[in-house]
Amino acid sequence: MYDTLIAPFAEFDFMRRALVGVMALALGAGPIGVFLMLRRMSLVGDAMAHAVLPGAAVGFLISGLNIFAMTAGGLVAGFAVALLAGLVARSTELKEDASLAVFFLISLAVGVTIISVRGTNIDLLHFLFGSVLALDDQTLTLIAINATVTLLGLAIIYRPLVLECVDPLYLRSVSKAGGPAHLTFLALLVINLVSGFHALGTLLAVGIMMVPAAIGRFWARDVTAMIVVAVLAGMLSGYAGLLLSFHTAAPAGPAVILVAGILYAVSLLFGTVGGLLRQLFPARHLEA
Amino acid sequence: MLMRRILLAALLLVFAAPAQAQDKLPVVATFSILGDFVSNVGGDRVSVQTLVGPNGDAHVYSPSPADAKRLADAKLIVTNGLGFEGWLARLVKSSGAKARTVVASTGVKPRKRDGKHGHGHGHGHGHANGDPHAWQSVANAKTYVANIRDALVGVDPAGKADYEANAAAYLDKLDALEREVRETVSAIPPARRKVITNHDAFGYFEDAYGVDFIAPQGVSTDSEASARDVARIITQIRTQKIPAVFIENLSEPRLLNRIASETGARLGGTLYSDALTDEKGPAPTYIDLIRHNIRTLSAALMG
Repeated sequence: MYDTLIAPFAEFDFMRRALVGVMALALGAGPIGVFLMLRRMSLVGDAMAHAVLPGAAVGFLISGLNIFAMTAGGLVAGFAVALLAGLVARSTELKEDASLAVFFLISLAVGVTIISVRGTNIDLLHFLFGSVLALDDQTLTLIAINATVTLLGLAIIYRPLVLECVDPLYLRSVSKAGGPAHLTFLALLVINLVSGFHALGTLLAVGIMMVPAAIGRFWARDVTAMIVVAVLAGMLSGYAGLLLSFHTAAPAGPAVILVAGILYAVSLLFGTVGGLLRQLFPARHLEA
Repeated sequence: MLMRRILLAALLLVFAAPAQAQDKLPVVATFSILGDFVSNVGGDRVSVQTLVGPNGDAHVYSPSPADAKRLADAKLIVTNGLGFEGWLARLVKSSGAKARTVVASTGVKPRKRDGKHGHGHGHGHGHANGDPHAWQSVANAKTYVANIRDALVGVDPAGKADYEANAAAYLDKLDALEREVRETVSAIPPARRKVITNHDAFGYFEDAYGVDFIAPQGVSTDSEASARDVARIITQIRTQKIPAVFIENLSEPRLLNRIASETGARLGGTLYSDALTDEKGPAPTYIDLIRHNIRTLSAALMG
């Protein structure tokens, strides 16, 4: 038991770092995912993941293969796309998903163009976005800072954010906090994506955000409980995924998301809130 | 009218320049290291073209029409043999080349690729069991040079004296190079003469000079690493007390840094195996290449 579950972390430094990394990631990404889900923006994460490309490319052009320049560039590009899409959605008829799709595609095109013009065949995204097994001190610090900022930021904008999920028109009628809260939320989304890129790579960064959130939906009715379940599910997936990768040679990033996927399937079947079995065999109502 | 004459003159000039180069013996070498040998032996009498240029990978080379033309124009084609240029036979045939072909590795004792050097990466060597990288031993390089010299004399007997003088001078340099390699290796404590690497090109070097090149276990370098792969490499480095790591192509460099800082092994740097670098690189000639490799190894392995 000890050999299977704990020894890998006791013996290898890189496993401990990976564990800390995914834990911090789950802490920040869980709540973000829950809010994305509640606002029906589940696929926005994927779109944003592509939007950072030109920033990374510009960072590369300016300072070569420098991880910090490219990360900063990615952040700027992500912010720009998120903010522009948010502003357009709020000031015109175009819905948020459509304006975001437009801006992220333009951003992606700009990124691919910049890279091609430079004529490099280095896979920039591959370089920029690492593996959970290779977290160095700087990357770990970055992930930890991002998680902290995310939690603090969410604490500040929690009320308007929840209200906007539930009843945006009411929020608009009583307060002007909706706009700033929304933009802050998008910014937090971007920094969590960048964290996720470092740990899990471009494709899977969104996974640790959305899958635990969907799991949370099956176990809780109120937002706070949903967030708690999502964070716990994310952490459990991270721990079990790393063990899976350690014992079966599955690549680490996909292993984490696969475990989350299994948890999702279990929740889908047995979840107490809208799980399939619960729907087929509803608990008996209290009868007078 | 005048304009046209100037144009014509300019055109003539343009075509005259290569025409002068035609006086030299056109030789095609299959890759950059052979090209370096040929130009050292041939000196001013030959003009060397290489099919796979500096920094090119002969394993994944795909011929262009220009290459076929070069072959068709050549008087001598120098190849490595030992199955290194699997693509060459068809290319020679299709280009209609009438040149003589010399296999530079003739006389080298071929080395079987042993199991220890597991093929971590699946690049398609066309040679299942032989190891073609014979030039990694300087002694073999001397055989190459002798073969090239004899072949040049064969197609251009008038230059015999030149070729022999050039080859003798170059062989002296290679002798000095080999002494340098042996001295450098002997300065490394015997227990530390091993590195972990996924290069499979250093078998001849290992046999000739006694530095162990150990393959990492269970690592496929093409795909994303799993925690188990990384743990195995780390365990292997710890238990075999390997002082330096020369692993390239792992999905990303930060992983290597992680491995190094967790085991205390040094990150070796770059070893050049199949191709020279361009002029600005650290290995523009064969002698530079061997010297760079041995210095890199020595720097990583010295305590």
